[in-house]
Amino acid sequence: MAEKMQLNEVEVWDGNYAAAQALRQAQVDVVAAYPITPSTPIVETYGAFVANGYIDGEYVMVESEHGAMSTCVGAAAAGGRVATATSSQGYMLMVEVLYQASGMRLPIVLNVVNRALASPLNVRGDHGDMYLGRDSGWVQLDAFNAQEAYDLNLCAFKIGEDINVRLPVMVHQDGFVTSHTAQNIHPLSDDEAYAFVGDYKPVEEMLDFSKPVTYGAQTEEDWHYEHKAKQHRALMDSYTVIDRVFDEFEKKTGRKYKRLETYMMEDAEVAILALGSTVETSILAAKQLREEEGIKAGVVAPRCIRPFPFEELRESLAGLKCVAALDRSCPMGAMGALYNETCGALATIPADQRPMVTNFIYGLGGRDFSVEEAKRIFREQKANADVGYITTPVQQFSGLRGPKLGFYEMKRS
Amino acid sequence: MVGWDEVTHGVVLNSFEQEVENVAHIRPEERPYSDFSSYTATVASWRVIKPVYNRDICIDCQNCWVWCPDTSIISRDKQMLGIDYDHCKGCGVCVEVCPTNPKSLLMFAEAEDLESALSQWPEKKKKEKK
Repeated sequence: MAEKMQLNEVEVWDGNYAAAQALRQAQVDVVAAYPITPSTPIVETYGAFVANGYIDGEYVMVESEHGAMSTCVGAAAAGGRVATATSSQGYMLMVEVLYQASGMRLPIVLNVVNRALASPLNVRGDHGDMYLGRDSGWVQLDAFNAQEAYDLNLCAFKIGEDINVRLPVMVHQDGFVTSHTAQNIHPLSDDEAYAFVGDYKPVEEMLDFSKPVTYGAQTEEDWHYEHKAKQHRALMDSYTVIDRVFDEFEKKTGRKYKRLETYMMEDAEVAILALGSTVETSILAAKQLREEEGIKAGVVAPRCIRPFPFEELRESLAGLKCVAALDRSCPMGAMGALYNETCGALATIPADQRPMVTNFIYGLGGRDFSVEEAKRIFREQKANADVGYITTPVQQFSGLRGPKLGFYEMKRS
Repeated sequence: MVGWDEVTHGVVLNSFEQEVENVAHIRPEERPYSDFSSYTATVASWRVIKPVYNRDICIDCQNCWVWCPDTSIISRDKQMLGIDYDHCKGCGVCVEVCPTNPKSLLMFAEAEDLESALSQWPEKKKKEKK
């Protein structure tokens, strides 16, 4: 039996340490490690836990991130509880295997500490990698701070391993801003955490010799389509399990998570839609604007990037005047991904109740996103709301040096 | 044909129709293989030349059984019985590793019948004096 760790009611952990602690408490059977900045401390800390007897499982050092995810797929197919962590270029190298994991319906947990994609080479945080795996068939949860990185990791195992989901789950957190900034964390005790996550009961595991199975067979046009449809359905329907797990977590800890988080949206006129640590910055800006300038500002943040909370978005944004969808990733020749998906959700609302939506690209490669900048965005939304049309380019680059950059100027006849 | 809602979870294919115990102790032909098992699919058409086995020369060393990449050598109680032509792809590894003199497995044309193949079997080679 693994040693128990005595934790205080409040611990000072950064996002990486919090994630590693959650993996330890879930007593993962196999962690494959190929460290990459800024997610390195997750597997590093986990390795130390293994070495010090806090974990019974295996710690596999591999040759690349492709090997890391392949090891995870093998170990999960064999019937183990499996996890790993990655970022940026490593995540890119994993992408090929991410599809294998979801296609084989293996409940692996992957911590993605978000970081910019090269070139130019950059270890700082943006959401380029988060958006890269959008169609890979994984459940994607987004933590806005270190406490949430810990909480969502515990939930991730429970969601992924549910018999009605059986899908791999990613937990995102912002590189450096979340992953390397220490905060007060309220952890569960080892026993409580493990009781919440529960024992892992594999289905159709390859190490069951009485019922041998083949995984990931070739299908071609005969069956590929049907298998993908079933996978899509499973991911679309997983929201019921996600809601249930979030409810159970609230009962245990008092910390409430929703697939779409909303802040001050009850009477809001304008809103920022964002992901990651930007959400807390935007909340701060909205609070200050409400006090200082009387602008009814709100913040909306998808906790669940996949399955995407279409219905909740529609409900929370209908009747609003203006929404700014913030994308921390350069979409290259299009609007940002969050903007596009939000517009997709809003397209089903009658035109007279639909808010105007603009797109802000910001914070690429770890460029700071300040409260001042969020306020500027809110004020601009307010100005648009007052005149009733979009006065600026639909997509703007916020916090960029040099002349203003914007795309798709709205022409008014 | 089944619909998308009926396909297996995660493209999983079961080797057997039901659960089995001690599968290593059940003969392949007696195992309840499912239609999705490679055992039930023949790959005989891939073969252009085939190995033929000569019982008179074989010493039951099991070398061919160990080396065959397709488990196509049929062996019972350490006695060589023949070749599973449904799964043999004609790679010739068995012939290569056969240690007898002359070899007790030889490659012949696919169309060659057993009797004519056995009648052409070579004589024992004499050791060259050094």
